[in-house]
This record gives sequence, structure tokens and C-alpha cells, in this order.
Amino acid sequence: MTISDDDARRAAWRMAARIGFYALTCLIAVFFALPLLWLVTAPFDASPTYAVDVPEATLDNFAEINANPYAWGSMFNSIVLSIGTALFVVVGAALAAYALSRVRMPGRDALLYVLLLLSSVVTGTAAMVPLFLLVSEIGDSVHPALGIDSSFAVMLVMAGGLLPAGIFMLKDFVDTVPRSYEESARVFGASPLRILKDIVAPLIAPGLATIAVWTVVNVWGNFLVPFILLRDPGKQPAAVLMRTLYTESGQPNLALLSTFSLLYSLPVIAMYLYVSRKYGFRFHGGIKS
Amino acid sequence: MPNTSRHSDPSGVNDGPAAGAAAGTSHHGAVAVDPPLAAAAATDVVGLGRARAFAFVAPALLLIGVFLLFPALWTLYIGATDYERTGPKHVSPSFVGVGNYTDVLADPSFYNSLWLSLLFVGFSAVIGQNGLGFALAWSLRNVAGWVRRTVETLVLFAWILPGSVVAFLWIAMLDRDGGTVNALLGTPGLAWFVDYPMASLIIFNIWRGTAFSLMLYGAALSSVPPSQLETARLAGASGLQTLRDVVFPHIRGHALTNTLLITLWTFNDFTPFLLTAGGPGDDSEIVSVYVYNTAIRDGRLGYSGAISLLILVANVVLALLYLRMLRKRSVS
Repeated sequence: MTISDDDARRAAWRMAARIGFYALTCLIAVFFALPLLWLVTAPFDASPTYAVDVPEATLDNFAEINANPYAWGSMFNSIVLSIGTALFVVVGAALAAYALSRVRMPGRDALLYVLLLLSSVVTGTAAMVPLFLLVSEIGDSVHPALGIDSSFAVMLVMAGGLLPAGIFMLKDFVDTVPRSYEESARVFGASPLRILKDIVAPLIAPGLATIAVWTVVNVWGNFLVPFILLRDPGKQPAAVLMRTLYTESGQPNLALLSTFSLLYSLPVIAMYLYVSRKYGFRFHGGIKS
Repeated sequence: MPNTSRHSDPSGVNDGPAAGAAAGTSHHGAVAVDPPLAAAAATDVVGLGRARAFAFVAPALLLIGVFLLFPALWTLYIGATDYERTGPKHVSPSFVGVGNYTDVLADPSFYNSLWLSLLFVGFSAVIGQNGLGFALAWSLRNVAGWVRRTVETLVLFAWILPGSVVAFLWIAMLDRDGGTVNALLGTPGLAWFVDYPMASLIIFNIWRGTAFSLMLYGAALSSVPPSQLETARLAGASGLQTLRDVVFPHIRGHALTNTLLITLWTFNDFTPFLLTAGGPGDDSEIVSVYVYNTAIRDGRLGYSGAISLLILVANVVLALLYLRMLRKRSVS
């Protein structure tokens, strides 16, 4: 049997399409990889420039971090802000999600609906003016520890913004916990708070971990809220300090900046790898069609 | 406010098993139940009671009320005053009614920022992220595992890294003298953020945000029945015909959801501030940067309060459209 011209032409055409397709895929991969290259090479380069090149390997740049008076402090501030906010969000969302799941309060669904709407509508852009004013006012008239330059105020502001979505996510987890455990615990006279802490919380641990990680990643990368509310460089988190490092010094110190970027990104990358290994970083049927 | 664009889409008001389980719960033998409480007890196995349930919800509601609801409402008042950050109008601002709004609506720099935001959202989100996200999801669905994983990981990295870091990576890449892009294109000395600020921001935001569309379309495409794709193939349909007649009807809802969400997020995105701060001049002063510049840099709080309210209204419209879509889809 001979292969007709037509078939041959079609095969060649398919081959060309395949090559073109892979070339395009490569091009897109390069587009996404290109900006990331510098983050990987410059920190280990003995004399980093803006150009990406094979580094003359060194770890000296990491010493630059020690030399900068604010670098480690800002990293520490980021940790404090992230963990503090995560505590508020996890505790607040757990209490609220539990009560909303177990007690049918009038207007519960409407409340959840409005909260979802609020949290997606009142963004940093829309709320920066009132938030700046609100925190200044609280600082002036209530207590300076809650005003501008207060890390505590930043935590509260960010927790307020993240709680609605946190409650949503957690309520799904609480809803799946069978009520029989709680009933038997109640027979033995455990208080509701105790039941939540000792029986429900361990059962929804994956949910609690999810919103904790989600909060930490959000706060860790957030620039606008601490940028507006924290003026003292000693209190600013890494997100805000980064900008200071490249805008306010005449000649940016690239060894410091690149190394700092890498260190500051590592926790996010680590969490991503952890989450994607454990759960797979995809939408699993979470989307209704 | 935290960057909500990262949240793993709670995808709507979901009653879930709560309602179903309510029917099956048992009675509490010895506990004396007052008649009005009997209905509540049918679901309330722990004996939380309405009062205590409210106490459980109160801390979260307090934080949300003070730092989310109140600022939104307060914008109404601030926008109606001539409040400033310093000076006499800081101490005793006066009420100017709709004065700020008429000023804003007569201000060419407001229209400039609105126009730039439209360009930014239209080209980077609606066309760029949507198109590239779908194209990648569609073309990668049958590709060898490692190729797909590599591309997906790269796209996701652009999305998960902190904004301050990616902003600086782009400043380095587009640098006038040593930047990678000028070296690759053979255009030494071209200052991208000065000569083409909006185009640079748009390309940046496509890079930054395509991950969400890629993941959403990836999930949506898996809902297209393979048998229908097979039928289309056997019937000799071309790629475009298959997309139009078989795939698109299945993912239309997802496409609309995706477009609304990325529009909302891109419109409110503040990362461009880290790249150009609105400059040069006001050539890239999109709305979010414009609010910052008038409020915090220039200190005109009342005036920028009026702009904030306009942004809030735009956000509410987008979010309501999105919620309506979700409800329509969960009904059908």
C-alpha cells in the first residue's frame, strides 16, 4: 500500500504545526521565566548588575543583609505581622464559622452574602483614605499604641479584610464535621467553647491550616496597608523596606537588594511547594458549572 | 486592605450540608427546652443558643465592622468635606456637600486616570490574562506532564511572589543600561518605564496575573465531556469550530466569572505604583495610584474621599454582577 500525496502533505502539515506549537510554548515559558532569572543569579554574583549572567559564585552578598540596619528587622516585622494577623483570623473565623454552622440565626445567609460582597468591594484602593484617617484618629484620641506606626493596628486592619473570606472557607469545613461527637461531649457536660477547642478544632485542622497559610501569604506580600500605616522604618515589614531600598538611596545596592528579595521570597516559595505537594495547587471541583 | 486577589475563590454562598444535616439531629433527652427554643434546638446540638452563638460571631463581626464596613461608610462623609492631612483644614474641616464630586467630575486628571485604568484593565486583564490563560489551559491539556508542570509552575511563581519583589525584578529586567530586555532586543539605552509606561505596565500585569485565569480555565476545561470533543474530532471539525461550538458553551459561565474577578482585582491593583508611581508626570497614573497621590502625597483627603466613593460604587457593581452570576449558575 502506498501513502498518497494527500496523506503525506497532511502529516508534514501536522508536523509543522507541532513544531510551531512547541516553539510558541517555549517562547511563553521564556516570557514567564525571564524576570525570575535575575532573582536566582544576582544574589550569588560577586558584582551583581541589572544584567542576568552566570554568577561568579559567592555567598558574600548575604553579609550585606547583616550590614543593613533594617534588613533583618523588617523580616522579623513581616513575621510578626503575618503570624499576628493569622492568629486573629484563625480564632475569629473558627468561632464565627462554628456558631454560624451550628445555630440557625435569622438572616445568616444574608449576612454571609453581605460579608462576601464587602470583602471583595472594600479594597485597599477604595479604603486607603478612610483607613488612614481612622487609624490616625484612633491613635490621637484612644491610644497611640493603636494609631499610625502601630503594628497592632495593621494586624487588626488586615484581619478585618481577610475574615469574611476566612469564615466562608472555614464554614465549609465545619459543616462536614458530624454532630454526633459534639452531642456525646455535651452529655458529659463539656462547654461549647471546650467542645470547639477539643473536639471540633482537631477535626477541622486542615481547614484551620489552610486559612492560616492563606493569611500568612496575603499579609507577607501586602504592601499598601503597612505602607500607609507604618512610617517608622524600624517597624516596616520587608514589603515596604524593599521599596525604600531601591528608591531612596542614590545608587541602589544591588547585592543587598537581590539577596534580600530572594530571602524575602523564600517563605512564600516554601509554602507554595508544601501546599502543592500536599494538596495539589489546583481548583479541585471548587468551581460549580 | 489585604490583597484579596490571592484568595482561593470561596465561590459563593454555599449552604452545603448544614441544611441537610439539620433534619437528622437527635433530641437532647433530659434537657428541658423552652417552647420558643425548640426550633433552634433542632439544629443546635451543642446547646450553644442564640445568645452564645452571637457572642461567638461577635469578635469577627467587630473587626469586620470597624475596619471594613465603617471605612466604607465613612468615605461618604469624608468625600463631603474639605478635609486635608495638615493645616487648618485638618483641624476644622468644613462640610462642602457635593462640591468634591463636581470638582472631581470636572477635573481632567481624574479622567486621565480613569482612561489609563480602562486601558490597563482592558488590555492586561480582559484581553491579556483572559486570552493567555485560556490559550495556555487549552493547549497544555494534552501535553506531556513535565512540560505542563514546568509552564504552570513558572506562571504560578509570577503570581505568588510578593509584589515588592516582582516589581523590582521588572525594574531590573527593563533597566535602561544593563536590563535583560534591552540586551535581548538590541535596544540599548531604552528606558521602558519612561518611554512606554502604560505598555510596560500592561505586559507586566499579564505576566503577573495570568496564573488565576490559567487555573480557572484548566478546571473549567476538565468539565467539558471528552465524548463531545471526540465527536467533534470525528466529524472533522477544525480547532476553532470545536472551540466555538463544543467548548465555549460549557465554559461561558466560567469565562464571565473570570473576567469579572480579574477586572475587579486589576482595577484595584496597587502594584503599578511600585513600578512607576504614576510617572513620568501622570502618564501611568491609573486610578489606584491617583487616589494615593491625591490623598497621601498631596494630603487632599476630602477630595480623594470622593474619588474613593466612586471606586467603591464601581466595585459594588462588578461584585454584584459576579454574585448574580454565581447564583444563576447554582440554580440552573
